[in-house]
Amino acid sequence: MTYVIVGNGVASVGAIEGIRKLDKEGRIIVVSEENTPTYGRPLISYFLAGKIGLDRMSLRPDDYYEKNNIELKLGSRVTALDPGKKTITLASGESLGYDKLLLATGGIPFMPPIKGLEGSGIYNFTTLAHAETLIQLSQAIRKVVVIGGGLIGLKAAEGLFDNGLSVTIVELAPRVLSAAFDDVAGKLVSNRLENEGLHIRCGNTVEEVLRGDNGDVVGVRLTNGDVLECEAVVVAIGVVPSLCPAKEAGLNIRRGIKVDDYLQTSAADVYAAGDAAEAYDMIMDDARVTPIWPNAYSQGYYAGMNMTEKKKEKHPGGLAMNAIAFYGMATASLGLVNPAPEDGCDVFTYVDEERQAYRKLVFRNDKLIGYVLVGDIDFAGLYTGFVRFQLPLTDEVKQDLKDGQPSALLWPEHDFETRWTPECE
Amino acid sequence: MRRVYPNKDFCIGCHICELACLTAHSESKDLIIAVREEQASGLRPCKAVYEKGPVCVSLSCRHCENPTCVTACISGALYKDEETGKTKYDESKCVGCWSCLMACPFGAIRRNPSKGKIIKCDLCEGRDMPACVQACPNAALSYEDR
Ligand SMILES: Cc1cc2nc3c(=O)[nH]c(=O)nc-3n(C[C@H](O)[C@H](O)[C@H](O)COP(=O)(O)OP(=O)(O)OC[C@H]3O[C@@H](n4cnc5c(N)ncnc54)[C@H](O)[C@@H]3O)c2cc1C
Ligand code: SF4
Ligand code: SF4
Repeated sequence: MTYVIVGNGVASVGAIEGIRKLDKEGRIIVVSEENTPTYGRPLISYFLAGKIGLDRMSLRPDDYYEKNNIELKLGSRVTALDPGKKTITLASGESLGYDKLLLATGGIPFMPPIKGLEGSGIYNFTTLAHAETLIQLSQAIRKVVVIGGGLIGLKAAEGLFDNGLSVTIVELAPRVLSAAFDDVAGKLVSNRLENEGLHIRCGNTVEEVLRGDNGDVVGVRLTNGDVLECEAVVVAIGVVPSLCPAKEAGLNIRRGIKVDDYLQTSAADVYAAGDAAEAYDMIMDDARVTPIWPNAYSQGYYAGMNMTEKKKEKHPGGLAMNAIAFYGMATASLGLVNPAPEDGCDVFTYVDEERQAYRKLVFRNDKLIGYVLVGDIDFAGLYTGFVRFQLPLTDEVKQDLKDGQPSALLWPEHDFETRWTPECE
Repeated sequence: MRRVYPNKDFCIGCHICELACLTAHSESKDLIIAVREEQASGLRPCKAVYEKGPVCVSLSCRHCENPTCVTACISGALYKDEETGKTKYDESKCVGCWSCLMACPFGAIRRNPSKGKIIKCDLCEGRDMPACVQACPNAALSYEDR
């Protein structure tokens, strides 16, 4: 069996581990555009901020590929896929045949149509190379504008600020972290960042990037007419699925590459996982692109196992989750956190302004389906258990969860006996 | 592999396992110093005793077959040891992002707030019998291969 994996991010690592669990012999070829062994992509924000060095970026030990008997083709872009002939083509013109193919192509930064965005002085923040560029840039400039107040935008802003720059975050939504957080949690985070000295402009976006006579960036103009001076702009609105070569090959695509419960795409023997894939989400009960790390790994792992044909295992479904800390303020959000009124959810919130703590629980019928925690996150995992296993809750148990007292003893007896005990897997 | 199995029927909620764990993972290996001084500077037990009415139980990392904490770890600090089956933790790699703490549905990961790193059961690396199992006065914890 010859397995070819396009991409070398965490979905790819998951697939390698899924394949090798069941097939120690098969040939595995990993082709990736980025020129480094696999690294912790979220770590680029720690690297930019100077908290860790290059030596701590790698996700797996140095002998990982050798030990797993992987043929690596780094620095090679895949340009075409022929699912009929079962071949892929690299930019060099080389062609490779496969028995099973995994597209783990991840995401690319979303670039909105903004006047003046073409040209020098515009940056992104999704790769190690980007982080290295931004570190160099920090030596040369003083003021930067970050477009996007989501996870990646805030992390870029924090890192640039730690490099001594004056940073303004511009976010279209009325709050930061609009997808994963609500107003209260967003406000706690923006207060924290503003106290450190970052500037945040919500409910606004960049209408035009202003350039001087020589073409250099000199500032941005916002939709409300305000002008912010800056020498560079970092566009960090989020990522969109990277669809080459899936799109050209005619695979079924909605937002991402559509996959079934086994992570197979519309083409036989072609699988997809990670930020590139649109897969079933257990809370939304529908297919979603959920570009987060744990989903990418686990989709890759299941795709890998299924590609071996030694097992046919359904993926349990994605679960949106994010844990992010800002200058010591810990946060965690998981599942559905901003239900629409028609979702018929029971939402509980608790704020402790003094301790900068916040807890939000979202219940649907007798289940917990999402939460947000700011400050006190130590019990996050215990809440996660109720969501992950969709444990039924009595009113009494619901009250304990609301009181901030989750516990494994609140699990229904049967679930505790069958799921908690390690032998039951 | 050998794991620590809790038994609710025997647990008396005395928290001795937590203290034994704290001591075993302390610098001083001294109960009083571990509780008084090292705890103040961030040390926490890997075990937690939960109580509900008359029922109590002492839980810690269950060293899952397919651990979600490893899936969630962004730095490679958490990994599965192929040979022993343990879910291992390399503190020098941890960046304190708390992804694993959120992802583990068993709530088995704690924070060392001063170090900005996690605390997780290592089944007492270097000892034959985990300290918690050894210390339990009523055999409510057992270390066995089931
Ligand atoms: C700054 C930052 C912080 C983040 N923080 C968190 C966090 O705290 N928690 C969390 O859950 N998630 C976080 N994420 C998201 C997380 O990193 C991603 O969900 C995850 O890395 C996706 O993995 P992947 O393997 O699907 O894709 P990627 O890691 O994007 O890997 C895809 C690889 O495929 C290569 N590739 C693409 N197309 C081709 C082609 N045609 N030919 C060859 N190679 C190709 C790319 O070069 C890339 O190396 C963060 C992301 C960023 C950028
Ligand atoms: S920390 Fe949690 S998920 Fe990880 S092995 Fe232990 S119990 Fe399992
Ligand atoms: S807190 Fe440490 S061990 Fe846990 S996921 Fe983050 S880096 Fe990994």
